[in-house]
Amino acid sequence: MIPEIGHYALILALAVALVQASLPLVGAARNDLALMDIGRSAALAQFGFIALAFACLMQCYVVSDFSVATVAENSNSAMPLLYKIAGTWGNHEGSMVLWVFILALFGASVAAFGRNLPPSLRARVLSVQAMTGVAFLAFIVFTSNPFLRLNPAPPDGNDLNPLLQDPGLAFHPPFLYLGYVGFSTTFSFAVAALIEGRVDPAWARWVRPWTLAAWVALTIGIAMGSWWSYYTLGWGGWWFWDPVENASFMPWLAGTALLHSAIVAEKRDALKSWTILLAILAFALSLIGTFLVRSGILTSVHAFAVDPRRGVFILAILIVAIGGPLALYAWRAPQLKLGGIFAPISREGAMVLNNLLLSTGCATVFLGTLYPLFLDAINGSKVSVGPPFFDATFVPLMVPLVIVMAVAPLIAWKRGDLAGALGRLWAAAAISGLVALGTYIAVHGASVLAIFGMALAAWCSAGALVEVAQRVRLFRVPFADSVRRLLSLPRSAWGMTIAHFGIGVFIAGVTASSAWQVEKVQLVRPGDTVDVAGYAFTFEGVVEAQGPNYIERRGTFVVTRDGRPVATMHPSKKFYPVQQQTTTDAAIHTFWIADLYATISDPDEGTQEGGAPAFPNRADGAWAARLYYNPLVPWIWIGAIIMAFGGIASLTDRRHRVGAPVPARARPAAAPAAAE
Amino acid sequence: MTRKRRRLYLLGLFLVGVGTATALTLSAFRDNLVFFYSPSDLVEKHVPPGRTVRIGGLVEQGSVLRTAEAGSKAVEITFKVTDLSHDVPVVYSGIIPDLFREGQGVVANGKMGSDGVFHASELLAKHDEKYMPPEVAEALKKSGHWQETGVPAKK
Repeated sequence: MIPEIGHYALILALAVALVQASLPLVGAARNDLALMDIGRSAALAQFGFIALAFACLMQCYVVSDFSVATVAENSNSAMPLLYKIAGTWGNHEGSMVLWVFILALFGASVAAFGRNLPPSLRARVLSVQAMTGVAFLAFIVFTSNPFLRLNPAPPDGNDLNPLLQDPGLAFHPPFLYLGYVGFSTTFSFAVAALIEGRVDPAWARWVRPWTLAAWVALTIGIAMGSWWSYYTLGWGGWWFWDPVENASFMPWLAGTALLHSAIVAEKRDALKSWTILLAILAFALSLIGTFLVRSGILTSVHAFAVDPRRGVFILAILIVAIGGPLALYAWRAPQLKLGGIFAPISREGAMVLNNLLLSTGCATVFLGTLYPLFLDAINGSKVSVGPPFFDATFVPLMVPLVIVMAVAPLIAWKRGDLAGALGRLWAAAAISGLVALGTYIAVHGASVLAIFGMALAAWCSAGALVEVAQRVRLFRVPFADSVRRLLSLPRSAWGMTIAHFGIGVFIAGVTASSAWQVEKVQLVRPGDTVDVAGYAFTFEGVVEAQGPNYIERRGTFVVTRDGRPVATMHPSKKFYPVQQQTTTDAAIHTFWIADLYATISDPDEGTQEGGAPAFPNRADGAWAARLYYNPLVPWIWIGAIIMAFGGIASLTDRRHRVGAPVPARARPAAAPAAAE
Repeated sequence: MTRKRRRLYLLGLFLVGVGTATALTLSAFRDNLVFFYSPSDLVEKHVPPGRTVRIGGLVEQGSVLRTAEAGSKAVEITFKVTDLSHDVPVVYSGIIPDLFREGQGVVANGKMGSDGVFHASELLAKHDEKYMPPEVAEALKKSGHWQETGVPAKK
């Protein structure tokens, strides 16, 4: 009964979305308030129905109702409850329901919190939001029904892909989708503004909180995904420039650019049509990401099912959802009034540079990700584009971005003083020089690039702090005065400082972990000791244990340094009998400034199944161990968390609260706090 | 600063940015595109030794050998990659991915040695037992040993 209710709720949601997509738009064109108001109640109703459907689906998973096809294929009665719940979105159909659930959540939020929006803009935003909803609800109802019944029901389910049975990955998709789909709201705002033919600073102010919310969620989602690949793929790496990773990274880059250009649109009424274009592109890249990942064009853990019908359907959505707004943009953008003018050396100029570098960076990632597909389509040759390509193209583009990042906040709007700004950054320059020198002394034979990377990280973080120090006039007014100023800074200023500081921490983590990682790969037998960067790993053997739905072989390493015990680590292999699949669980011991990382594997594993006896030099009970010393690697995620926290701080700024009254006139330009 | 001048500056900046990115991308493509070869391709086409390429096929039954002496700490193995028409010997030193099996599909990154042995630097871990890398499926189709059931013909 429950699955039927869920199915019915989905179809009702589709019907409501159709109403929401059409009537408010007509109402806005005719200036009919009653018709426009339908958008609000429809958005709430649509959200209610989808939430009901989602709850029904989750219920099927929790009670292991194997008469439902997706449950039978992706769940198992022996799985822990957490993974039964996570299994709801750990498959194609369920993840699409999560997608529309979040889409409707954002639509309902606009309806609920957008009370101060002009009625016509709100009606159009909700209508555009519902058009996306119609497309994806139709996609689910017609090609990916999650409530399909099986008759007869199998006695037990097929289990969730063991790689997905992980607490980190359980919550990675919801956050990633909050980010991806969050850009649907900015997209709807952009399309609505194009229909209205009007973009003003107020519009930019309404858009920013939605962009920020999406950006924060996407930052957390990407960080979670990379953390997962760090500890489960067992390679000691955290980012592989895999197409699926790139699919989530491209909207992040476009979203970051959008965050900054929206500030210019809000404060200076400039870069308006570019901001609109970015808002469209950020969501377009999210859709492309969904298409790449869901269509099965790219094979990965994310490609749940390869069904050409689905790929074609998403491709059709993609063409309409990207082509339509872009055509509208080409038609309407020239009518947008041009905003304030500015000198090349100015805050606006720096933001333009930021946007230029971020969007070019995004374009190189796009090219590197899709080039193999193009080439395959053109002449059938199979190529792959790996990390070296991205290291050679993307990284050099980000270096000037980070250098400018410290300077830009010190440059005034409209016409700035570059020499003055650089002069005020002497402290950051000194710190970054000291870090470079310290790195040179501390790390024997450190490469020039690595020293540069560390100096860059210090420049970025110290620059963010210098900017706050300047703003509170540290050491130039009495200290208590500075503290008072610090506390009265707007939250959005805090947000920027925190986020920029986090990027510095992130860069330090990336640089150190890629430059000074120590790796040891060898066979170990019980009693063997391996030295990794001064840490002695002693192998104590492997024991077998039974988990709820897996058999675990758990190794033990006792780690000492100069004879003193440091840690006991348990890397393991888990074998999932239902799916006949083995996963590797790395053991990680973190000191927060470095990680010890260990995985084990059975060196003969690959040869056991074929039953081939021709294996003269078996490893005799030895295990293959992969041991790492990863300096500063936790800083990568700490940096990402700091960035997300900066976004949250900015989100709580009074001025961004959509419900807050819009000030009658802009703040006086002389107030130092108005700068951002 | 007139509007026209400002636009000119912006355009100039934009062109510099796009130009740099294009130059970077093109040079990176020249050096870093990794081409895929099936074992038959390796026999038919000349692959310059020392260039990083990707090969794929099935791990030949009974070909996986641990080359090191008993009691050694080395993790080196050798095996053959086949598309059932031709095969190519591979040497690899490192951890074997969870789903590496004799008779199953494999993709390896590495360089062709002048001795005709492929020196793999990385074996690609696949996410699913039933999964056949698309390049491998393609290679098997070309060599005429592909069966639609998804299970390759055994010799």
